[in-house]
Amino acid sequence: MFDYETLRLVWWLLVGVLLIGFAIADGMDLGTAMMIPVLGKTDTERRVIINTIGPHWDGNQVWLITAGGAIFAAWPLVYATAFSGFYWAMLLVLFALFFRPVGFEYRSKKDSVAWRRNWDYALAVGSFVPSLVFGVAFGNLFLGVPFYFDEFTRPIYTGSFWALLNPFAIVCGLASVAMLALQGATWLQMRAGGEVQGRAQAMATLLGPVLAVLLAVAGAWLYYGIPGYEISSTVVGDAPSNPLSKTVTTTDNWFGNYTAYPILWALVAASVALPILTSLMAKMGKSGFAFTLSSLAIASIILMTGFTLFPFVMPSSTNLASALTLWDATSSALTLEIMFWVALFFVPIILGYTFWGYYKMWRRIEPEFIEQNSVSNY
Amino acid sequence: MISESVVELSRWQFAITAMYHFLFVPLTLGLSFLLAIMESVYVMTGKQIYRDMTKFWGKLFGINFALGVTTGLTMEFQFGTNWAYYSHYVGDVFGAPLAIEGLVAFFLESTMIGLFFFGWDRLSKVQHLAVTWLVALGSNFSALWILIANGWMQNPVGAYFNFETMRMEMDSFTEVLLNPVAQVKFVHTVSAGYVTGAIFVLAVSSYFMLRNRDIPFARRSFAIASAFGLASAISVIVLGDESGYEVGEVQKVKLAAIEAEWETHPAPAAFTVVGLPNEETMTTDYALKIPGALGLIATRSLDEEVTGIKDLVAHAEDRIRNGIVAYGLLEKLRNGEDTPENRAAFSEVSVDLGYGLLLKRYTEEVVDATEEQIKLAARDTIPKVAPMFWTFRVMVGAGFTMLLLFVLAFVFTAKRKVVQTRWLQWFALLSLPLPWIASEMGWFVAEFGRQPWAIGEILPTYVATSHLTETDLWMSLAGFIGLYTLFLVIEIYLMVKYIRKGPSALQTGRYHFEQNTATQGA
Repeated sequence: MFDYETLRLVWWLLVGVLLIGFAIADGMDLGTAMMIPVLGKTDTERRVIINTIGPHWDGNQVWLITAGGAIFAAWPLVYATAFSGFYWAMLLVLFALFFRPVGFEYRSKKDSVAWRRNWDYALAVGSFVPSLVFGVAFGNLFLGVPFYFDEFTRPIYTGSFWALLNPFAIVCGLASVAMLALQGATWLQMRAGGEVQGRAQAMATLLGPVLAVLLAVAGAWLYYGIPGYEISSTVVGDAPSNPLSKTVTTTDNWFGNYTAYPILWALVAASVALPILTSLMAKMGKSGFAFTLSSLAIASIILMTGFTLFPFVMPSSTNLASALTLWDATSSALTLEIMFWVALFFVPIILGYTFWGYYKMWRRIEPEFIEQNSVSNY
Repeated sequence: MISESVVELSRWQFAITAMYHFLFVPLTLGLSFLLAIMESVYVMTGKQIYRDMTKFWGKLFGINFALGVTTGLTMEFQFGTNWAYYSHYVGDVFGAPLAIEGLVAFFLESTMIGLFFFGWDRLSKVQHLAVTWLVALGSNFSALWILIANGWMQNPVGAYFNFETMRMEMDSFTEVLLNPVAQVKFVHTVSAGYVTGAIFVLAVSSYFMLRNRDIPFARRSFAIASAFGLASAISVIVLGDESGYEVGEVQKVKLAAIEAEWETHPAPAAFTVVGLPNEETMTTDYALKIPGALGLIATRSLDEEVTGIKDLVAHAEDRIRNGIVAYGLLEKLRNGEDTPENRAAFSEVSVDLGYGLLLKRYTEEVVDATEEQIKLAARDTIPKVAPMFWTFRVMVGAGFTMLLLFVLAFVFTAKRKVVQTRWLQWFALLSLPLPWIASEMGWFVAEFGRQPWAIGEILPTYVATSHLTETDLWMSLAGFIGLYTLFLVIEIYLMVKYIRKGPSALQTGRYHFEQNTATQGA
């Protein structure tokens, strides 16, 4: 049906779609949950916050799981290299994520102040840490990751965990936190009642400019201070996946694609403008627009990241040729094709029942509702 | 050289996290169907008590489900974090069912579960019932895709080794899907889950009856669980027997180890009921045997042989020698001697490449392996016999005990005598741990019995790990054990708390602890 080269390109887009889906859907509840202690003063207020995402967080989290599974299936070498290389970063994310399913389900199952407060913090930390680490990981992709392959294509990572926490990557991490917190704040403004709604509005108003500034700082740093990479040999789009069959050189910066396709600057403009527009809408009390704009901001930021790195997925800083690109780190053509049809068929179905679920559960969660249905709510 | 202790620790970590995950999965599989059945009765009869049953058992379901999700995340991450070479080597085949699981099953289950808990007053009766059924279907589809992936590890069909990419690549998705090992495993595993759900409901209902509390509620729950459980237990046992069929070499080895079948005996082989397998002498001491029975179970015939361990080792030795040739040719192909002759020669022997890789444990220079190293590697192809022999027997014993319980529960339910039959209630209550024991033992047999392979006959476990240090492994292992223990304590605490409250936890005003003392006596 498609040739190998097209399938590889399509899968680069599909992984992007899954990551955007994850950041919009699960980002919303990560952002919401990380602000539980900040936006909820009383037990009822905190339950208001938690119950806005109560019916949805579990389904949303599957975007992350599916994105992970899709990377395993479509880019096995990326999955192997990134997960084992970023070992402690990944385990940190994992250990943090543990506290979410348990926290949501168990928090209100016992009438004790200490019990509930501990779970509130567990939920907040469990949501904050992954949001931060994902951003840090993307920041490190721009810097290049110290890894190489031995003659059996075994990935060997030579860096340390602490090296990941460099200043540039931390700015990226903070941008990621701000992005997901903004998504959570606009969601809460739209769905929470009582005091929480006003606080969420203030938070959304504040976070838009913060995100825009963090993105601008990261972007300027990237433009002026960080060398980029490019493939220096001819790209053969349908060759067997073997990263070592190409050569890579460093360039002045990552903006080569922008010189070739100036239209990409539109994504940069959108990524900075959309968070500010989100804040304006939040301030005007138009929470539906604010949430939509925030979701678009997420899509724009992730696309911008992807197009800037293109065609690299995971560059190596120490052994340039080991860099993983979308041309040489994929599965076989057959696997890509089968997975493409499965995704094409099921993603619309998933979107269908997901929207149905949101539609059915659509209401503003008021404090009175929590108090009257204390047993059945989280 | 790969560190032996990193391999060992990675295996422990995988075993611990996987077995821990499987404390929660079977109950989810079984209880989700029981909830769907209870709610169906509610929608058909309109009787409130069935709605309460769905909600109460649903609460316990939720407490269990949270940890199933939590520990499932680990499984998704761990192939990449700790088994990087595995992920690269077989991701082209193995990754696909995992990704499909997410798209086809896990999304459905997880989206619907939110609607199950929060949708009672937002959905119509029929819509909610549909949601409950979809939770059950989603979790079972999920098991299907995971077991297709696992079945492929046992019996890797539909794939070939591509020397240009240094990995296994899929050449037939249909074969991967219709892998006979995966199909049998799926039905055996989900039925075991149904049994777990049924025993759980029987045991907790019996607890209420023994306490003389909420009898109508407990009696109805007991009745549904006994019928569902009986059908499931029969299916587990029949399909467990089905998986006795040998498919690949790995399954043959597994069978021989389970049965401590050291020699190839003339057909039909005898079945060793109990005995003490001795690795040193390669005999089973004090064996109690039933003539002919193993041959019947394993081959369904009187004239086919069951291959014994000694012959399997000899056979493995031949394949290792072939594997050395394959390995040598692979090195040539990778180092510039990519000629049509070498390609042809390699494709002759590439099926035994994995056997060549078994030598990696003893020497870097596979092509120069000594006779002694070949012998050691061949001996490695047989997992330790005694653990296989005993865990299998514990699993089967637990299975038959549960079958007996379901038969009795079903008969007494039909005779309407459950409520006054105390010993049956005690039997049900005390059987509570049995399904978990059986499941864990079953997985042990399946996965320990796969050793020394990560992917049967393709990729030795020894070469499949990530490039990590011993310290990394000790620390992550400590992290998993610490967090998992904490969660397990909390989970059991909440389970016990809600079981003690019983349906009164719903605060409907209709159950035991909400009645005032005057009506309680009546």
